Amino acid sequence: MPDQTFTVNGETVTVDAPDDLPLLWVLRDLLGIRGPKYGCGIDVCKACTSHLDGEAFNPCATPVAAVAGRSVTTIEGLADGDRLHPVQEAWLEQDVAQCGFCQPGQIMAAVALLKRTSEPTDAEIDEIANVCRCGTYVRIREAIKAAAARM
Amino acid sequence: MTENAEHAESVEHTEPAELAEGAERTELAESVERTEPAELAASSERTEAAEPAEPAASAERPGVGRRRFLALLVAAPTLTVAVQLDPQAAPAAPLPELPDLGDVLNLAALPTSHLLTLKVAEDGTVDFWLPREEVGQGLTTAVAMLVAEELDTPLEKVRVHLDKARPELVFNQLTGSSNSIRSLYDPVRTAAAAARQRLAWAAALQWGTDPERVTTRDGRAHLADGRSASYGELARAASSDRAAEQPVALKPRAAHRLIGRPTSRIDARALVTGKQQYTLDLDIPGAKPAMVRRPPTLRGTVRRVRNAAAVEALPGVLAVATIPTGVAVVAETFGQALAGKEALDVEWGPGPVDELDDETLRAKLRGAVAHGFPPLLGRHLDAEFDFAPVSHAPLETNCAVADVRDARATVWAPAQSPIAARKAVADAIGLPDALVELHVVQAGGSFGRRLFHDAAIEAAQVSKAVRRPVRLMWSRIDDMRHGRMRPPTHHKLRATYAAGAPLSFRHRMASVAMDVRHGFGDALTAGLTGLPLLGEATAQVMFALSLRSPYDLGATRQTLTELPVALPTGSWRSVYSGTGRAAEEMFVDELAERLGQDPVAFRRARLKTAAQRAVLDKAAGGWGRELPEGWAQGVGFHEEYKSRTACVVDLDATDPKAPRVMRAVIAVDAGRAVNPRGIEAQMLGGLTDAIATTLRAGLHLDKGLPLEGSYSQFHYARQRNSPYEVQVHVLDGGPEAEPGGIGELGVPAPVAAIANAYARATGRRPRSFPIDARIDFEPFPR
Ligand code: FES
Ligand code: FES
Repeated sequence: MPDQTFTVNGETVTVDAPDDLPLLWVLRDLLGIRGPKYGCGIDVCKACTSHLDGEAFNPCATPVAAVAGRSVTTIEGLADGDRLHPVQEAWLEQDVAQCGFCQPGQIMAAVALLKRTSEPTDAEIDEIANVCRCGTYVRIREAIKAAAARM
Repeated sequence: MTENAEHAESVEHTEPAELAEGAERTELAESVERTEPAELAASSERTEAAEPAEPAASAERPGVGRRRFLALLVAAPTLTVAVQLDPQAAPAAPLPELPDLGDVLNLAALPTSHLLTLKVAEDGTVDFWLPREEVGQGLTTAVAMLVAEELDTPLEKVRVHLDKARPELVFNQLTGSSNSIRSLYDPVRTAAAAARQRLAWAAALQWGTDPERVTTRDGRAHLADGRSASYGELARAASSDRAAEQPVALKPRAAHRLIGRPTSRIDARALVTGKQQYTLDLDIPGAKPAMVRRPPTLRGTVRRVRNAAAVEALPGVLAVATIPTGVAVVAETFGQALAGKEALDVEWGPGPVDELDDETLRAKLRGAVAHGFPPLLGRHLDAEFDFAPVSHAPLETNCAVADVRDARATVWAPAQSPIAARKAVADAIGLPDALVELHVVQAGGSFGRRLFHDAAIEAAQVSKAVRRPVRLMWSRIDDMRHGRMRPPTHHKLRATYAAGAPLSFRHRMASVAMDVRHGFGDALTAGLTGLPLLGEATAQVMFALSLRSPYDLGATRQTLTELPVALPTGSWRSVYSGTGRAAEEMFVDELAERLGQDPVAFRRARLKTAAQRAVLDKAAGGWGRELPEGWAQGVGFHEEYKSRTACVVDLDATDPKAPRVMRAVIAVDAGRAVNPRGIEAQMLGGLTDAIATTLRAGLHLDKGLPLEGSYSQFHYARQRNSPYEVQVHVLDGGPEAEPGGIGELGVPAPVAAIANAYARATGRRPRSFPIDARIDFEPFPR
């Protein structure tokens, strides 16, 4: 099997995996990085949302070979040590999470949105397609706005 | 939530300090006074006359249906307390006149309530073992609040662990029917209060003084002369070398500083940093990913695997094993297990419902109540409603980890009924129960799904077959198609009336049989001893205990007809009420219209209690306000589990094909509100469920299988379907109130409110749900 080399949360890693293996399983099963969640495997639920070179992407639908030499950030890499990212802080303030299973993906999607626009409109927030089966959308919207104000 | 509930707003100002600095007892008390929710204040007005200064004796109030619990010191190196039901005080615990499902399950749980355990460690940490499951409902937070309150210790010091399956708890380890806080409120507080008193006693002993002179605050014991000791320092001295009873006095309500205060989740930080470990995030040494290929129809069977060797030769695949529900592939990664499962060539046997489709099912359901009402000459209103089956679809798919060796098995799973799960696993792999250990892991959602332990059984079967530990996960497609569903229902309603007033109300509900085994059935039977319902089928009992009309509509009768169809059904958040009570609330609107009355005024006149009206009034504060063309308001009410709620929505139906709830106002009285912030979260969840199941989310059955296989097809609500503004008003139930149930309360009222708003906006009453049931996708191959 070929070696795959890329960066995860600032560290360069090399794993032995077939080119077409979805990155989600390289992260979760081979590297033990289990913040990104499986919710569908086909780029629909967005539970696995992480960043590739700073932009939101879905590792469940990205073959590992496609990230060779690139930089992947998962929820584990968002905080700066013990200092949480402002979006995580906003999530705490609004007490967004219920079961929490979708929240790593929601937070990574929100961070990516705030990178694109510092003052997202309601319509832009509506475009975040991440499923929250517990129905925390109202608090997510508030948290994104609070984070935008803070950043 | 820009104009969120008052309490939520006030939280914003006071909470960061609390989070940052740890709960300073005195500060908390101050800020509570400063920020006491307007509603709490307002509603205590409602009941003020009845609130005398709480007498000291009310610290232990055995009366008013309250049962007494005994605290025991347990022989252990540091302070350890257990709680049991006081055998003296345990009467033939009378059920309230109109018991609900939670009452009955609580009664079943009573005899074993003594097995709650709390321990204070030498660093002052308090460990509490919770015989329930956390599925996102915030139970561990509410329980930690109860502990911290009675123990006078900061919330951060309390760790709540999910107890593994403990068969000796019999009926006291079932998470369901919104009964957790209802059943744990007294015993948990008793355990913590006993620990506090023992710590004060130990401090007094050290200081050579009277325990009465010792005060406790912030996890420390204090004496007026300035001496103080932390609980950690006292934990060893407070321990006991033998079992002994510890007298307890619970705090009077007026002294509560934490209970009733909007509080954030204790696990919030883990949840936002990705550190929370769900079942498949656990590091179980050697456990390999496993997935199961399932038959093309529900409950079909495996006849033969044609290419096992070829699949075993695929990259990363370790083994292929046939189990009763399908063919498992074990691999190095889930990606490879999935590829292996898809490559399998299996000859399948038929299942029990291979021919079943929506139309046949619908006809059967209608047929079951076709002759419900005789022809009638007098004035009457008839209406019918249909609800599609819906998937539980928790975001974490069905999963479990199992390690089965020759003489023992260990299983980790999100389980709401772990005792039944453990037994089912033992039976499935032919081990005595005693050799199976089942650990309960926090779940990524449930909505009723985790009452079933099919994944735990499968994981054990696969582990046994391949002789290695496995992490078993269902694909989303399988989870949606082969998982459980809320049974489809049909409702027939009739009211008779004369002179502008209803004379009688009937509701005949037909439902595909709901699978309520797995712990529920036995617990119900045990709790029902001596009730006239004993001997009825479990589902009939559950129906009778849960579906009640809050209105005076004259002679009222509700009946359930169950259809024995072999679909994998299960209770789905709010059991019968999500459809049954929602249908009634739509019918009430229609009846009001027929009688020429306003829907809110009609309800108000027909509700039976002041508490119900208070909730309706609060939610309907903006009723009748000016709205744009194409918009309309709708209202719904629901009472269950000793709690009540009303909801008013503003629906934008300018495009009737794409309606959107733009604003919602919810009022809720859940009795003694332990954590208003958690209650608000549950109501938001119920609202989102209502938006989804009323407007767009439902399963279609075709040739014995749901067509929907992912969230792109089963249209659970997304951010774009969610309102821009929601207010949740948490009312206080008054000084005597005990906590009501909250987990399931929030669905029926908004379902009806949305449907009623749709009817008012479009002039067309929806009869079938979801309102938009279009199939807009190409189903995945079977
Ligand atoms: S798991 Fe990646 S989008 Fe659903
Ligand atoms: S918090 Fe449970 S799925 Fe979003």
